[in-house]
Amino acid sequence: MFMKIGSDLRPSSIQPDPMCPDVHHVMSISQETSDIYTLKLQPTERREAVRFAPGQFNMLYAFGVGECAISISGDPTVNNVTEHTIRRVGLVTGTLGSVRAGDSIGVRGPFGTPWPMDQARGRDVLLIAGGIGMAPLRPVIMDVLANRENYKELTILSGSRDPEGILFADELLTWKKQPGVDSKVTVDHADSRWNGNVGVVTTLVNRTVKDPKDTIAFVCGPEIMMRYAVTELQKNGLGKDQIYLSLERNMKCAIGLCGHCQFGSEFICRDGPVFRYDRIEFWLNQREL
Amino acid sequence: MTHSRYPELSEHAFFAGLDNAAVAAIQSCARDCHYATGNWIARQGAPADDLYFIQDGRVAVVFPAPQRELTIQTLSAGDIVGWSWLMPPHEWQFDIKAVKDCSMMGIDGRSLRAKCEQDHHLGYALMKRLSRVMVDRLQATRLQLMDVYENRK
Repeated sequence: MFMKIGSDLRPSSIQPDPMCPDVHHVMSISQETSDIYTLKLQPTERREAVRFAPGQFNMLYAFGVGECAISISGDPTVNNVTEHTIRRVGLVTGTLGSVRAGDSIGVRGPFGTPWPMDQARGRDVLLIAGGIGMAPLRPVIMDVLANRENYKELTILSGSRDPEGILFADELLTWKKQPGVDSKVTVDHADSRWNGNVGVVTTLVNRTVKDPKDTIAFVCGPEIMMRYAVTELQKNGLGKDQIYLSLERNMKCAIGLCGHCQFGSEFICRDGPVFRYDRIEFWLNQREL
Repeated sequence: MTHSRYPELSEHAFFAGLDNAAVAAIQSCARDCHYATGNWIARQGAPADDLYFIQDGRVAVVFPAPQRELTIQTLSAGDIVGWSWLMPPHEWQFDIKAVKDCSMMGIDGRSLRAKCEQDHHLGYALMKRLSRVMVDRLQATRLQLMDVYENRK
């Protein structure tokens, strides 16, 4: 008997054992910034369509090295191809960054709660991303653009350390040209060659929210940044139930068993990573967590 | 650069809650300013005689380090620029540069400072509003200094 976990989107027949990785082959690897790359993967065995929802993650396994949880950054409307945008921070992510097209890696998933796209329908959608936090929000943008009639204004606020670190810089320019879409980019540090915004991403929130009662905000980035973002969103009239955050902790099993990612009463892998703010507000304010 | 009167001062959020007399006092010091991209609006160490309200465009607050210029922050429509006119020694602490064509409302800081000395209610009202701006900028700068996107391997 197999445990039903994570998203209801995944047909149980596809991957019956959530602890058993499927072999995927690497279609391509592309460098996004100096330390961030994107893997495009495809399952080696032909089978039913693998679907995911924006905000979910997979466990990627570098054979003989280890496993790590990585958000899915690709297009949710495309079946059987998943993209993962990864930052080199350790042994596993460093090893995954050295694969080449045609190599194989292990994949478990998709896991976790998605961004609530159903709650976003008919409303203004405000995305606030910091650094690599842009990766799990990219599928949201693709979903909104693919179903434009379902949503009102889409605003993307993206913050990076410096101009060289802007993730999906070309796409941000392309998205901005779409009707009903605005994107603003800011960097924390720049010299005089940069003519864009300088300052933390939370400073862009002011004067961005047009209709606070009819806006939903999805936020992903460093936790400190998300706390300030929540403060700014509330100052601009958004309620706690209109703000969703994607959290990150050390995930191991991805099915809520091992406890590595426990966050108060929640398991980030099973109950998250996407949470409505009022559900985790108390735990976010506990210093020990 | 051109100048003209700016009659709709009370519409700016910064002045919300000010009485008509206070708005009129400030209005008497106001003018329109336009700076093209690349023009310097202020230079570090120069007399700080102006307070600006950005209506359109973008300015950079620049620290003129040797051999290079570091942009500390940028400000855009709705933001205010400059509080050195109120604090001794009344000199600009940073360079201010238009990085995108700018339309701004300029306030003659020397005149306004004199009015604040004469009318402490006006002075206190402005000081409270400027303090709010300063606190917000300080908080943002602290967050910037945390370098939250640093790759901690």
